[in-house]
Amino acid sequence: MSTVKKFMFVNRKAPYGTIYALESLEVVLITAAFDQDVSLVFMDDGVYQLKKGQQPKGIETKNFSPAYRALEDYDIEKLYVDEESMAARGLTEADLLVNVTVLNRAEMGALMEEQDVVLSF
Amino acid sequence: MSSIEVGGKSYETDEEGYLTDLSEWNKDVADYIAKTENIEMTEQHWEVVNFLREYFEEYQIAPAVRVLTKSIGKKLGADKGNSEYLYGLFPYGPGKQACKIAGLPKPTGCV
Amino acid sequence: MLHIVNKSPLTSTTLDSCLNTAIGGDILLIEDAVYAATCGNAAEAKLKTAMGKFKIHVLMPDLEARGLGNNMSAGVIPVDYAGFVDLAANNKSCQSWL
Repeated sequence: MSTVKKFMFVNRKAPYGTIYALESLEVVLITAAFDQDVSLVFMDDGVYQLKKGQQPKGIETKNFSPAYRALEDYDIEKLYVDEESMAARGLTEADLLVNVTVLNRAEMGALMEEQDVVLSF
Repeated sequence: MSSIEVGGKSYETDEEGYLTDLSEWNKDVADYIAKTENIEMTEQHWEVVNFLREYFEEYQIAPAVRVLTKSIGKKLGADKGNSEYLYGLFPYGPGKQACKIAGLPKPTGCV
Repeated sequence: MLHIVNKSPLTSTTLDSCLNTAIGGDILLIEDAVYAATCGNAAEAKLKTAMGKFKIHVLMPDLEARGLGNNMSAGVIPVDYAGFVDLAANNKSCQSWL
């Protein structure tokens, strides 16, 4: 009998400067197979991962941003974005390529505290 | 790196036979790869392969088997969105075999 | 829970993110983040303020490696590697603010 644990992936890096964002996404897609309670958090530069209209062809890098839209198919529906991080980058929900829940810092901190496992990227 | 030869043209593949450059894919290559997998392509096989290519085109990932099954069910009906049907078409796994024939990378999370 | 920070407060906003988001518990400063816990560092004041809400620990081998073993801010709790393990083991979960 397996118990469902709460997993949170905290994404705080911009998508192309480092490999963190892509690595996180791949781990999330694999984790989806284990039917756990998965939450994804995007804060600090991590909110840039969800920016619409990414075109990394010119830097000869794969555009992995469409895969965030497939998360729903993988039953990953808890996507949280930090309000302050978004504002500091001149972004609003309309700039993001998926539907998200916007939380303030305190709500984010409380949500983090509820988790069984926090994976940091 | 390995390669396969189809119609006088050489196509680069990885060690497991997945096409390296999916933009090189065409129906002849698909037929060739299917033969190496002992699969005779029928209309039903093409339906799945085309679905996979469309999925990849939209999301840039090859879906996990569970996701493929569910999505096929949504698009082509419940009689096709089940593992019995899909494994009937691709006995060694719809993820592995159909993706290979479709010229896609191995699905993420597929070992 | 345990929050681990490893970036210098003067080159990265990581410490701020941690302090503004985490709601309490233990913070452990390692690698370049240990500079935050030294006398006269620009981050010292906000660390002092944060002490009301968190227990702030610093990994001594990292501080000593940087020649600052004797410059630790008052109120910060020094830990060695065994102490690091205890912190990880005694908390339910852990977030690394990379």
